Amino acid sequence: MPTEEKTPLLQLQALQVAYGGIQAVKGISLELHHGELVCLIGANGAGKTTTLNAIAGVLPIVGGSIAYEGKPIANLPAHKRLRQGIALVPEGRGIFTRLTVEENLRMGAYTRRDRAGVEADLERIYTMLPRVKERLHQVAGTLSGGEQQMVAIGRALLSRPRLLLLDEPSMGLAPLVVEKIFEVVQSVSREGVTILLVEQNANLALEFAQRAYVMESGQITLSGSGAELLADPKVRAAYLGELDEPA
Amino acid sequence: MDAETLQQLINGLVIGSVYALIALGYTMVYGILGLINFAHGDVLMVGAMTALQTMLFLMGVAPGMSPVAMLTLALLVAIPVSMLIGYTMERLAYRRLRNAPRLAPLITAIGMSFLLQTLAMIIWGRNYHTFPQLISTTPLQPVEGVFVTPVQIVIIVVSALLMIGLTLLVNRTRIGRAMRATAENHRTASLMGVDTNAVIAFTFIIGAGLAAVAGVMYASNYGIAHYGMGFMPGLKAFTAAVLGGIGNLGGAMLGGIVLGLVESFGAGYIERLTFGFLNSSYQDIFAFIILGLVLIFRPTGLLGERVSDRA
Repeated sequence: MPTEEKTPLLQLQALQVAYGGIQAVKGISLELHHGELVCLIGANGAGKTTTLNAIAGVLPIVGGSIAYEGKPIANLPAHKRLRQGIALVPEGRGIFTRLTVEENLRMGAYTRRDRAGVEADLERIYTMLPRVKERLHQVAGTLSGGEQQMVAIGRALLSRPRLLLLDEPSMGLAPLVVEKIFEVVQSVSREGVTILLVEQNANLALEFAQRAYVMESGQITLSGSGAELLADPKVRAAYLGELDEPA
Repeated sequence: MDAETLQQLINGLVIGSVYALIALGYTMVYGILGLINFAHGDVLMVGAMTALQTMLFLMGVAPGMSPVAMLTLALLVAIPVSMLIGYTMERLAYRRLRNAPRLAPLITAIGMSFLLQTLAMIIWGRNYHTFPQLISTTPLQPVEGVFVTPVQIVIIVVSALLMIGLTLLVNRTRIGRAMRATAENHRTASLMGVDTNAVIAFTFIIGAGLAAVAGVMYASNYGIAHYGMGFMPGLKAFTAAVLGGIGNLGGAMLGGIVLGLVESFGAGYIERLTFGFLNSSYQDIFAFIILGLVLIFRPTGLLGERVSDRA
């Protein structure tokens, strides 16, 4: 159990981010403790992706602060944040379509110098994702959406992140594939990696997450444990497609 | 194959290899930034002029030096100087325009070209300089009626080695993988921990190094150098890059060779083709006829993919 005094791994305070000329994130505060699996749900355009991009450093912030392990990181470029242990699996997966599957995975280990460790991690990822192993020398653009998502997650893991940011890993995938991906996410979480998961599939996300935040028009409107939010009638009505009345 | 055809083939391969080396610089920069670096031809000139300056200096201080050693030293000065020019252009001019509309860096590139030419004119004057031909230009006659000079052989061999080296660098090394990843998506590459600015700078440096070698070979082959010498080969190499499919390394090599061959055969036969109306001094028209035809009928080039996937 994280104690009150313990520094959170990630802490956003009054974070404001502009994207495409509009202020997409209007002063949110949230924190993640070591080893937590937290999800961020909300409708399209609520600012979830913008938040993740700001944490990973691919979007500049316009106000507030981002602290990682107690230190401000808002001025670090994205490539240095990865070296600090923050990895983002971007929306739409961000696969390098012209590189082979193996090259994509190795890009995840770009900053690492421990060759033996990288090879061992690659083997681990192959056992975790057997379908990826069969396609190592294929150009990644030829993979199915689910396979690409697996490669994107495997690639992020190869950097040995301490904070893994996942942006809608279930997007556009068949239910069976989504299930498989969530199994992988859970096993990564059990290994102690702190995860911030953005999902539109709120039902699934809340089931897996220990805690969750609900975002609406750039602000956090609700937060609580996954189970609490699953039971919340407002959440059920807005994000789980149910009518606003007791089930 | 008769002697005349063989001769045109050799001439075409020689000039084509030079075009290919220059075209690689255009295509690498385009691949990673979507920028046509019109100053690239002038980097070639800087390479040749710096080599010339170095040779003149060495002839003054060590007149007995062997030609090969002198040429090697000249390259060892010309390559880093050109690389520095390439890096400086990127760092001072293009990097600031990374997120500007595409016309801005394009116009800036043309400005850089004028700037380099003018600086060279101030330093080296407006005259044509004799470029020392340190590798023999005495033709050998491997086949009756076919002439090839040692410098031509060196050009073909060195170009081939550099192209192989570059292909290995891009396809087999960590920095090469980072270059390809950055070319595909800067943002995602940075999420992998790639310092994309450093990768882009590296791309300019490699391209400039190849241009310097091409410049020295070009000047060695023709025996002259001057401040405007980069313009025409630069434009032709750009044509070669477009012909092969800009952004594609293999395309730049193929485009360079094909363009060299077309020019060489065109120059050889233009007089007969036009019944004596045009002679071989009009050989430059072939490159631009090709550029026009490619842009009209196959804008993606011989090996190019869709162009639209690059914002």
